Amino acid sequence: MDRKNLTGLYFWQGNTACAEGAIAAGCRFFAGYPITPSLEIMVHMNSRLPELNGICIQMEDEIASMAAVLGSSWAGRKAMTATSGPGFSLMLENIGLAIMTETPCVVVNVQRGGPSTGLPTFYSQSDIMQARWGAHGDYEIIALCPNSPQECFDLTIKAFNLSEQYRVPVIILIDGFIAHMMEKVTVPDDNSIQIVSRNQPKQLADIPVDSKPDNLLVPPMANFGQGYRTHTTGLTHDEHGYPDISTEAQNKLISRLIDKIKLNSDKIVITEQTCLDDADIAVISYGINSRTAVEAVKRARKNNVKAGHLRLVSLWPFPEKKIRELSNQAKKIIVPETNMGQIVREVQRFADSNTQIAPLNNAGGEIITADKILKTIMS
Amino acid sequence: MTTYTLPDEIRKIRSHYCPGCGHGILHRLVAELVNELDITEKVIAIAPVGCAVIAYDYWKFDVSEAAHGRAPAVATGIKRSLPDKVVFTYQGDGDLLAIGLSEIVHAANRGEKISVFFVNNNVYGMTGGQMAPTTLSGQKTLTTPYGRNETEIGPPIDILKILQDFKNVVYLARGTVTSPKEINKTKEYMRKSLQIQMDNKGFSLIEILSPCPTYWGMTAINALKHINETVVKNYPLGIIKDE
Ligand code: SF4
Repeated sequence: MDRKNLTGLYFWQGNTACAEGAIAAGCRFFAGYPITPSLEIMVHMNSRLPELNGICIQMEDEIASMAAVLGSSWAGRKAMTATSGPGFSLMLENIGLAIMTETPCVVVNVQRGGPSTGLPTFYSQSDIMQARWGAHGDYEIIALCPNSPQECFDLTIKAFNLSEQYRVPVIILIDGFIAHMMEKVTVPDDNSIQIVSRNQPKQLADIPVDSKPDNLLVPPMANFGQGYRTHTTGLTHDEHGYPDISTEAQNKLISRLIDKIKLNSDKIVITEQTCLDDADIAVISYGINSRTAVEAVKRARKNNVKAGHLRLVSLWPFPEKKIRELSNQAKKIIVPETNMGQIVREVQRFADSNTQIAPLNNAGGEIITADKILKTIMS
Repeated sequence: MTTYTLPDEIRKIRSHYCPGCGHGILHRLVAELVNELDITEKVIAIAPVGCAVIAYDYWKFDVSEAAHGRAPAVATGIKRSLPDKVVFTYQGDGDLLAIGLSEIVHAANRGEKISVFFVNNNVYGMTGGQMAPTTLSGQKTLTTPYGRNETEIGPPIDILKILQDFKNVVYLARGTVTSPKEINKTKEYMRKSLQIQMDNKGFSLIEILSPCPTYWGMTAINALKHINETVVKNYPLGIIKDE
């Protein structure tokens, strides 16, 4: 497929960079519904995709948008949608179907303040848990969290690659601030962008193919329209795609859907660290607050305080091991979030009970400033 | 004498449908048409949520299930991505007219080049016999124990009336399965719908009045009589639009 990257240097907002990242990753289908503050992604796709033989449709709502994305992915395309809080709530029905049918796709949620209509034009980080648990049933998901327009580009490519490799919807949680922030973005040339595409069954068969999982526990995916005579179903099913309504089949299927993420989490998790090696006070953050947190840590170091920063580039699966190690080393962990305390609970779950955990919260609309984080480091 | 055999496109397994249900006939018609039009490798079906949720258990071609009511949106994604394939949805009345009304109306208005086979049996079968948008006035169901009351619940909805003025809708017809003659007519409507799609003309929908003896509380024979005597008065048979 032609990639037509706009190789070069740009001054882009996060949303534009995200759309271009998708195009670079090979995305040729977008279905969406207008909503603030993610709208620019769809608008950009509307003008860019047709010139690449891609398709961009404005659907009647977010439910239909997500349904169309699934249809396109089953038809063999790399497909994406983008939305914000209220729209993400509507998409969860079909995100659940994507998890159950192991459908590669990318869903961008540019977070705004909620619940409900909330703060449409103000940013937040309050959909972290919704991305993890929003659909009904048990599952594991992958979620990435960029902190700059450049990363909106890079991590969108990463998101497509992970979703194709693990056959799971990948959520990109951008906070509205990063989505609308304008910065330098470098688009590399085609050859230096790594693209991953789903494995396909080797043979055609006249009943659905026996899709035995590979060593990552991911079965090959038979696309529609290629003669596989394949089935997809949201019902509990066997490896041929036929429904099997039994506790044995449920345990087998759901365990594998969870294990393919959990057991491979070392390969999926992405973190970044600053001054962490000898830190006895650690800040853990993500998205926009990771920029202020690094600044706070640098200022603390100037004051001879051994502070360090761990940035969660991927939020799900959660870096349990890393948190455990860090809590053995640091006596205090500070978790600034523009929500009322979501990731901090995960940190509490995995940290040593002797480590002091300090949440630092804002319900939406404000960055947790370097001054505030520094004050908590020094206190 | 004509000998009828099952087409290769249908799996020879035990049916999960109730005796006298219309779905078995319609599954077979679909399989026969796929065979006769020689589109086995080109056809992609989307099954509903409802009694026909495991339609893919019977058909030997590409089939997906959609979330309840979302089949036309899934079909949109598939057909736009693979415009050379033949894509149809197979939906019941709860799926298409209640939870999925928005999806069907917008897919029709966009003129998606898909075929929709809409099975109307006036009731929710899968969940045990509750009112559907198509339930007749006065009809008793589990959730209308005193009969459907038009002043509180509204009259039954006729989707063909809603869609007939849409510019991008090219073919609308309603058939039934009450006799071999009617089954053959219905098959020809469905054939035309698939042909229209293969000719790239636009959106078409075939509604089929189908019996649910189980939740109508009737024998299979009486259920067919009920369609001929009562149901067709609410939902007239024939070609509604052909452009
Ligand atoms: S409940 Fe009605 S529609 Fe469902 S299988 Fe039985 S007869 Fe058919």
